[in-house]
Amino acid sequence: MTDLSVDLGFLKLKNPVIGASGTFGYGLEFEPYIDLNRLGGFVVKGLYFSPREGNPPPRLVETPSGLINAIGLPGIGVKRFSEEILPRLQKFNTTVIVNVCGENNEEYASVVEFLDKYDGIAAYELNISCPNVEQDGLCPALSPEATFSAVSLVKKTSSRPIIAKLSPNVTDVVQIALSAEEAGADALSLVNTFLAMAVDIETRKPKLSNIYGGLSGPAIKPIALRMTHQVAGRVKIPVIGMGGILTGQDALEYMIAGAKAVEVGTANFIDPESTVKIIEELREYCQKKGIDRIETLIGTLQA
Amino acid sequence: MVKDPQARIIDKKNWKSYFSLSLESPRIAAQAQSGQFIMVRVSAHTQPLLRRPFSIHSKSEKTVEIFFQITGLGTELLSQKKPEDSLDILGPLGKGFEAGKNLKGKDIALVGGGRGIAPLYFLSQKLRSYGATARIFYGGKSQEDLPLKEKFEKEGFDLHWSTDDGSSGFKGFVSDLFKTELEKYTPDRIFACGPELMMKKISLIAQEKNIPAEFSLESVMGCGFGACWGCVRRIKRDNREEWVKICEEGPVFSGNDIIWEEGDE
Repeated sequence: MTDLSVDLGFLKLKNPVIGASGTFGYGLEFEPYIDLNRLGGFVVKGLYFSPREGNPPPRLVETPSGLINAIGLPGIGVKRFSEEILPRLQKFNTTVIVNVCGENNEEYASVVEFLDKYDGIAAYELNISCPNVEQDGLCPALSPEATFSAVSLVKKTSSRPIIAKLSPNVTDVVQIALSAEEAGADALSLVNTFLAMAVDIETRKPKLSNIYGGLSGPAIKPIALRMTHQVAGRVKIPVIGMGGILTGQDALEYMIAGAKAVEVGTANFIDPESTVKIIEELREYCQKKGIDRIETLIGTLQA
Repeated sequence: MVKDPQARIIDKKNWKSYFSLSLESPRIAAQAQSGQFIMVRVSAHTQPLLRRPFSIHSKSEKTVEIFFQITGLGTELLSQKKPEDSLDILGPLGKGFEAGKNLKGKDIALVGGGRGIAPLYFLSQKLRSYGATARIFYGGKSQEDLPLKEKFEKEGFDLHWSTDDGSSGFKGFVSDLFKTELEKYTPDRIFACGPELMMKKISLIAQEKNIPAEFSLESVMGCGFGACWGCVRRIKRDNREEWVKICEEGPVFSGNDIIWEEGDE
């Protein structure tokens, strides 16, 4: 019997596979297709304090092996989430993580303060890296100072562990990661999407109403994997890797490169069963290789 | 809502750039309502990455049928599939037409433009089974854009058709044809699907004459089941306007609720 559980220190997951925020709805959307209890966990769609509309369409454009989105973080806000969604999520035996958004540090803190009153949330993933809400993809995760101030304020406010979600749209992701760690982040998740665009050559207009969006999917995997490896080698806190994971093999690459767990994103759109299939593929790999505990695989990249 | 990873293609039809595929999927067929759609995986690889949405064109006990036109890489790959191939499909998804037994004895107008005719065939069958009279208004750019004309004719529907170039039937838009016919009669209800501008015109006609109308909207979709928020449309809800997910709350909406795109009136 292979032990797929992984220990993040502050949180034990039954397996390393987590549904990624923004691709997993509020979790319940996947109930017709998979048993949510089988997942290591999932991160619900980013929540601001108040409900938000998001960007006008078109919000999506496909590119080779990728998807650019400019959804713009629409959501129901913390009040409706706590009343309508959270009670239904509490019935599941899996790890629920809430992705926390804010237009400023105070809003991040107020979301966390509000949600701290409710049971059924294991940790907060601090979304300091969404490229679709401010002009030119601006977000705190582009600067070590802004990352430090957002993470440290939320860490002070929160009674729960904080996972800082990092942006790949930076010169040196390690510097940002070290700032988040210094500010008290309990873990890091990386990467969010790559700032990107596509042009319609007939109309000469951008294919997204927002002009820029975030690229995800298999197209970004090699770069996201490299960043995960760089960061995992430098920080002491656990790293959750993500970017273009479609299969068990993809997830294994991230774990060998140093990720303690992985988030699966765009794959959920292509196949709502992706997370569960990836868990099965991890199990098969471990059995085939005679690995009793998948944790022993983490960070074992050979020179 | 189920996933059928291996729905076998048991029939394929082709008219120039239009195709229909009949897929064996008893579980999806059992739940399918007219106006709902399925998400079809068109490639086992990552190009294109996403599934494609198709409204359900017809169903039998064990099958659902889709009808589509080649408009890009996804539909082109799908058009190359052969009988006995299997397709990975999700469905049935979304909310369909509000067409129940209460429409018995009513006179219903179905207005379809181009590939937008797809869901209206399923609806015509349903309406007939409820004892409603369905009149079909079918428009295309040219006569080759009316591949389903014979199918409706053969089944004895009262069919009116138009082509933009006048190569067959009424010369002009199907909305103009419809307007002309409305000088002679008033339907109890209108169901329509087609290009945005066509539906907008039909909606204006329906509002002018105070006829309840429903429209099936088309959109690029990321997932088809509400997880990605990619396919939104401006919709009136409780006297407010909101971005509403077409996949979840649609694809069929009441004409009174849809905010039509500006221009081209």
